[in-house]
Amino acid sequence: MIRFLFKGLLRDRQRSLFPVLIVAGGVFITVLMYCYIGGYMGDMLSTTAKLETGHVKIMTRAYKEISSQIPNDLALSGVNQLLEEVRTNYPDMEWTARTKFGGLLDFPNEQGETKVQGTVFGLGIDLLSANSREKSRLQLEKLLVRGRLPVRQNEIVISEDFSKGLGVEVGETATLISATSKGSMAVHNFKLVGTVQFGIAMMDRKAMIADISDIQYALDMENGAGEILGFFPKDIFQPILADQIRDTFNQKYQNSHDEFTPLMLNLREQMGLGEMLDFIGAYISILLFVFIFIMSIILWNTGLMSGLRRYGEVGVRLAMGENKGHVYRTMIIESILIGIVGSAFGTLLGLGAALYLQEVGLDISEMLKGSKMLIANVIRARITTEAFFIGYIPGVLATVIGTMISGIGIFKRQTSQLFKELEI
Amino acid sequence: MKKLIVFLGMIFIGVNVYAQQQSGAEVLRQIDRNMVIDQAISTSRMIIHGRTGDRTIKSKAWAKGRDKSFVEYLSPARERGKKMLKLGDKIWNYSPEPNDRIIAISGHLLRQSVMGSDLSYEDMTENNRLVDTYDAIIEGLETFEGRQTIRLKLTAKKPNVAYHSRKIWVDSKRWLALKEERYAKSGRLLKTIRITEVFKVDNRWYPKKIIFKDMLSRGKGTEYIIESIDFKAKIPDYKLTKAALRK
Repeated sequence: MIRFLFKGLLRDRQRSLFPVLIVAGGVFITVLMYCYIGGYMGDMLSTTAKLETGHVKIMTRAYKEISSQIPNDLALSGVNQLLEEVRTNYPDMEWTARTKFGGLLDFPNEQGETKVQGTVFGLGIDLLSANSREKSRLQLEKLLVRGRLPVRQNEIVISEDFSKGLGVEVGETATLISATSKGSMAVHNFKLVGTVQFGIAMMDRKAMIADISDIQYALDMENGAGEILGFFPKDIFQPILADQIRDTFNQKYQNSHDEFTPLMLNLREQMGLGEMLDFIGAYISILLFVFIFIMSIILWNTGLMSGLRRYGEVGVRLAMGENKGHVYRTMIIESILIGIVGSAFGTLLGLGAALYLQEVGLDISEMLKGSKMLIANVIRARITTEAFFIGYIPGVLATVIGTMISGIGIFKRQTSQLFKELEI
Repeated sequence: MKKLIVFLGMIFIGVNVYAQQQSGAEVLRQIDRNMVIDQAISTSRMIIHGRTGDRTIKSKAWAKGRDKSFVEYLSPARERGKKMLKLGDKIWNYSPEPNDRIIAISGHLLRQSVMGSDLSYEDMTENNRLVDTYDAIIEGLETFEGRQTIRLKLTAKKPNVAYHSRKIWVDSKRWLALKEERYAKSGRLLKTIRITEVFKVDNRWYPKKIIFKDMLSRGKGTEYIIESIDFKAKIPDYKLTKAALRK
């Protein structure tokens, strides 16, 4: 019967083409938006996790209260021991210490006086340890523009835009002027060995990366660090496991009232990411619902119009003894077929557009000038397995609902009136 | 008749205020005689009570007139060899080898903390005459830590002063401000200072131990202890130049 109905749809394009186009259009937008939002959120989460939050993060309670101010005077101490502890207790995760800092990067002339100077946002990460994955996690090799990455003490890289703005070259001496963890003025010389392009507006404006041991020395933070970040294998966030690890870690210190007690947070608890993820999830659900609703109304109208056109056909079928329910069911099956075909076309088109956005991306760097958010300059869509069938949900549901509502009229047909209608 | 009484009353109040201001100015002059130095060489110890523990920093200072001073840090090891030169409203910080850098500090950076203490660079190098900088009104007499003090309210004469107003409790015999509260223009209390020990050097009373507390910070204050001070020492001119930073 399905083949029969399908042939009927193919032969009578007037009752199938328009609904197929409607469904294809709606599914196209659904699939494209799903891939776009998924790509954007995925990128943002991944970037934020790698640069800022980790999948879990340990800091002191006091540091957490004003973490946006990077209060290194409230940083973790005994970091080596703490790293040892978490690596033993949670061996499946990767743990790394980092220190953020701000200050001035000053480039001297031959007399040792300031030639040029700029404010800098710095990251002290483990660049020099043999088993550290920080370089690959942050893709520093890929981001390198000039020179090389640090391979020994007192070497740094800065962002390419920052170096161009200051007019400094690789090989020059740079002096970091900042504040130590004790509040003294920190003055420490580095050698600029390379520049990187992060592709993130905030970082590209004024970032510098140094090895954490150099920053510990420069900022008088021996065996200290601002934060310890933990990452799941393959850098894939696992929310339930993150919660468990956080709870078991924090439980050990729950009776301590010391403001320097370590505290672990998971990714969702930082920077409002949890709320953002929930919002995006709700947004996608609402999007799907809206498309289903709108397409249903359109297809309901289409069904009504089709019902008018097929009034005679339905009358003949009823007169020939076909059951009303059977007629209704065949129309629903037709709508499912239309929904599947329309969804297939729409999915194909949507994936095509998403593929383009995935490969080429959307450059929003102009909009991010002055932004402090950790968002990549180029937004890319991401095609996932779900994208191949997410469109079928609104596509098929909408046609079925539309047909179900419009087909109710069949049950109002009076058999006794049929002959009069058919003028038999 | 009523108008005459009101008029006389206003004159009386005006004269009183003027007289108080004049008296206030006189008190400030007395303080300046003790505190403002022509030149001096001193050694001092600063004990910083921070949130993570205490630190002691020793230094030696050379000061000449209002605008020139030179400080060399003697300990701890991390700070040894660092120097600070003040000329006018500019300060240069020198960091020795391996850094060997001279960093200029001016403007708002002068209000930053020195070595993480409760003193700012301005607090540390201040040698201006209070009578030139502030208008003073005597508010009353008080006993403070067993000493008879005059309580004054000071208001800055110029706009670009670090502390818009101050309240000081001046020892009426020794002419030292034993207690001080320093306020921003908004009225917010920024710093408190207490002199807990004094000594007499060359016929002038001078603070030996001062406790600074930055009211905007959660630390526990800084003790500034002057171990020795010589007002008669000769300071060679070269000592107060940028060239001396690298010597």
